Amino acid sequence: MEVCLIIMKAKIVIHQQHAQNPQELTELCPFGAIEYMNGQLNINAACKMCKLCVKNGPVGVFELIEKQQVEIDKTQWRGIAVYVENTNGVIHPVTYELIGKAIELSKKIAHPVYAVFIGSQIKEQANELLYWGVDAVYVYDQPEFASFRIEPYAAAFEDFILQASPSTILVGGTTLGRSLAPRVAARFGTGLTADCTHLEMQANTDLDQIRPAFGGNIMAHIRTPNHRPQFATVRYKIFSAPQRRDARSGTLITRELPSEKLVSNIRVLSLKNKPAIVSIEDAQVIVVAGRGVRKKQDMAMLQSLAERLSGQVAATRPLIEAGWVDARCQIGLSGRTVSPQLLIACGVSGSVQFSAGMTGSQHIVAINIDPNAPIFKIAHIGLVGDLYEIIPLLLERMEAGMHSKQTSHLPFPENVVK
Amino acid sequence: MNIIVCIKQVPSTSDVKIDEKTGSLIRDGVESKMNPYDLFALETALQMKQQVGANITVLSMGPPQVQDIINEAYLMGDVEGAILSDRCMAGADCLATSFALSQCIQRIGLPDLVICGKQTTDGDTAQVGAEIAEFLHIPHITNVLKIDDIKEKSIIVESDLPDITQTVELQFPALISVEKDIVQPRLPSYKRKRSLPSLHVRSFNRNDLADKDEEKYGLNGSPTRVVRIFPPEKTRKTELVQGNSTELADKFYETLAEWKFV
Repeated sequence: MEVCLIIMKAKIVIHQQHAQNPQELTELCPFGAIEYMNGQLNINAACKMCKLCVKNGPVGVFELIEKQQVEIDKTQWRGIAVYVENTNGVIHPVTYELIGKAIELSKKIAHPVYAVFIGSQIKEQANELLYWGVDAVYVYDQPEFASFRIEPYAAAFEDFILQASPSTILVGGTTLGRSLAPRVAARFGTGLTADCTHLEMQANTDLDQIRPAFGGNIMAHIRTPNHRPQFATVRYKIFSAPQRRDARSGTLITRELPSEKLVSNIRVLSLKNKPAIVSIEDAQVIVVAGRGVRKKQDMAMLQSLAERLSGQVAATRPLIEAGWVDARCQIGLSGRTVSPQLLIACGVSGSVQFSAGMTGSQHIVAINIDPNAPIFKIAHIGLVGDLYEIIPLLLERMEAGMHSKQTSHLPFPENVVK
Repeated sequence: MNIIVCIKQVPSTSDVKIDEKTGSLIRDGVESKMNPYDLFALETALQMKQQVGANITVLSMGPPQVQDIINEAYLMGDVEGAILSDRCMAGADCLATSFALSQCIQRIGLPDLVICGKQTTDGDTAQVGAEIAEFLHIPHITNVLKIDDIKEKSIIVESDLPDITQTVELQFPALISVEKDIVQPRLPSYKRKRSLPSLHVRSFNRNDLADKDEEKYGLNGSPTRVVRIFPPEKTRKTELVQGNSTELADKFYETLAEWKFV
């Protein structure tokens, strides 16, 4: 679908002298944005530019003045860049997912793909990036980049943009990416679209960005039609990583910032590793508990099922809020996005907020007593029944199956893993 | 110490309407409330005030009705209010919102600390805090998990990064955005309702700001455009299985076997 978007600047002007009954005209606006005060009609901040006053009002009072904006020269901006998310040089896997997407997007417009790598002592890892199909890696390797501090990192990013003039920039939607990307986007006075779930490239280099809004109740298709570079953040596990290549390609471009660009009002006092738990995003099998689980003790049953499948237990928001499950294991728009090989939803109704965080799962089984539960619209197999009966029976069968068949229990057979 | 807390009025439900012509959200006519994430920002400020003493201003941009959430903030604690309201600011995206707020913060007077919530429940972008900090040329820390210490000219906070947590000292003036659950927000005090008339609120519009160029505000100052809005797709074909629990458990087991998980 091709949507032509004309960028217009518009405003509504009031010609007071034509207003016969100004007090009545305030009724024209469904948003209460027209005020009559001190003998003057005014439009306040509630105006939505719906233009109903222009359409339905008396002739000549409300006038719409539009002018077309001067279009920027988009040919001056070439390239799709990916920010290389890393902690102490260890590259976050979202980076490879974004490189894969960037290569795919670049094919349509024949732009180069860049990686922007900011850190300290990262030469070796920068070389590794050359196995992933990028045309160039811009490397900012200085001791001041050892820990994330916004001013030096933003300065390096700014230097990259000034050097390479990329058209599009993709940043991982991690806590770091969501701190850095808006800072740099604001510096260039340009658009940034958060948490995109779908990206496509137009022939004119405009990036079509689709993201959920309002807790997933609405999907919004967003473009940055007249600003460059155009920024988007994408969460981990939304796109899939490409295959690492056998041979290196592309070049390393090392940049150095002068010391005055490296000053910061932030002093890093200490770093703490987070407890080493397998993050829910990395689990291959996830058993999700929803409100159909009646009490905290019943989580043990789901835990057994998860253990039997070498997986992890996660939950929907109400159970997290009740404190039954660690908040890091919340699935959904306000929690984590997951795409495991197998997801078993137990007593989960399947709100859009939840499903937005798990529709990428390879296989989905849902157990719910309500045949009309929305979860059955997204599951591959829907079992209409009581999880309190089905799961114990299943566990028995799994037990019996293991004894009778004597097969070795491989949790992830090769033909299942991607 | 001077603190500005940025707060936003959001619809009470996620069931909202869209202005099809502009792609902007129609907020009027639906019940609204303070963005729940902002309660944590406000509580953080109120606790700082208790600890070291502070003047707190809560700032909100929007139509005149944002007065309601300024009042809500006052019921939680001793704050002053600031409202930025101008028709030219309607329909703003993150960038235009941040620019307008940063202009208003400069008009009020750059405080030691600006505090924002993690994100809003309507936009979910979590971008405005960092963008305000850029326009104000001050450092920022997002995802603040804990305030460790408040000094005369700096603050020590713990923030959440992808694989680690970082403890940093941040020189004033600075901006932080706080995680949900950093503190437990207090309930509004209905005793304070009686003193509501003494709440001091200042109102600002574009003419009060240093940059009066209306092209920089609202829809006109927004680099992003909503092309279209649509409901999420539901296309998957589900095999719905009914029966007694034994049959369902058997089907479950067979499916897992078919997919090679057992």
